[in-house]
Amino acid sequence: MAGKMKRLLALAAVILTTAALAWAGSDDQAKASGAPKPVIEKAVKGEQCVEPNDFMRRNHMKLLLHQRDETVLEGIRTKKYSLKECIDCHASEKTGSVAASKDDFCVSCHSYAAVKIDCFDCHSTKPQGSVTMHPLNVETAHYAYKRAAQANRKVSVEEKAGIAQ
Amino acid sequence: MNDMKSMPDNMPSSPERRRFIGAATVAAGVTLVPGVMLIEVAHGRPEDQPASSAVRWGMLIDATKCATGCDDCVTACSTENGWTPVAESAHPRQAPQWIRKLELQDPLTQKETNLPMLCQHCGDAPCIDVCPTGASFRRADGIVLVNRHTCIGCRYCMMACPYKARSLVHEPLHDTQKPDVPRGMGCVEACTFCVQKLDRGDGTTACAEACTNDAILFGDMNDPDSAIARRLRELPTKEVRADLNLDLSVRYHGI
Repeated sequence: MAGKMKRLLALAAVILTTAALAWAGSDDQAKASGAPKPVIEKAVKGEQCVEPNDFMRRNHMKLLLHQRDETVLEGIRTKKYSLKECIDCHASEKTGSVAASKDDFCVSCHSYAAVKIDCFDCHSTKPQGSVTMHPLNVETAHYAYKRAAQANRKVSVEEKAGIAQ
Repeated sequence: MNDMKSMPDNMPSSPERRRFIGAATVAAGVTLVPGVMLIEVAHGRPEDQPASSAVRWGMLIDATKCATGCDDCVTACSTENGWTPVAESAHPRQAPQWIRKLELQDPLTQKETNLPMLCQHCGDAPCIDVCPTGASFRRADGIVLVNRHTCIGCRYCMMACPYKARSLVHEPLHDTQKPDVPRGMGCVEACTFCVQKLDRGDGTTACAEACTNDAILFGDMNDPDSAIARRLRELPTKEVRADLNLDLSVRYHGI
């Protein structure tokens, strides 16, 4: 009885050790590849940001800070560096927001870089527009032009099959 | 003119001459601008220009026209600026209110008076005097605002305001803000004279637009030809708590 017990214990020990080693090994692998890279969704509108991408990645906060004081204190509301325009272009197609889910434009990079954003404690994360105000379109209205563009494209074979069914 | 007469009638004018005439027209336009600019500034300032002290936004409230039980101005304000109406709030006693209806009764004569009460946009505002961070400020065109980037939510300004016009946002707003009107928990806020509309060039506020009894008149008090300036000249008006000498931008008739 005791011998059987010992053998069982030994077996359990071997299994546990193997499992532990395997787990540690997988952990090493994850560390080697680093934290998951941020998802940078392409802006819905336009081809090019207001400044080159490299400049924007390093300096967008400076532009926003400067614009913020001019707007609040003096009422200067130029569109080029305004947060509202950032949101208009970069709101995600899925959530209609720049900061609602972890893959949305602002949040994705900021969580990768571990920099907290305070903007959206007060600012809306969603774009505004005359069409957006319509309750039926609130989430997706700013993609209307995109849908219109898609309407003109050629219909694929699969889609035709789908329509036939 | 003699030169022109010497030219044959059917001769086309040379390109040089056209350019000269064009340039002369532009120059004449520029010289005319300063006279016109004052009005331009008041109604639709270019978006890259700062608010100017040539304008002083003001409001005239005619309490004799303000109807009992009507709160159209309050609803319009909450819709425009995105604050929850007090009746719908989970905590009505601490819910933010940018404008509220008051119903007053003279205890002696039983005379009832209705009026909306809002930030009076004082020229010498007590809220600005007491603000420890400089977050309360007065814009060049006379609008008293809170800079939420520097407000620490201490509420000194709420204590200092004689009109109880300011509120603190006590609860998270969960992304319900309007894109044009940022608001946030832990910041003090009040009527902004719909600054987002004025900067857009609307020249009026949501409450003034919504008032069906024409009790609210909004405009530039510095422009002698504006409707509000003309009305202020002919109508007897009062400042609330005029004894405090705060140089208010909101004036009442019939109180």
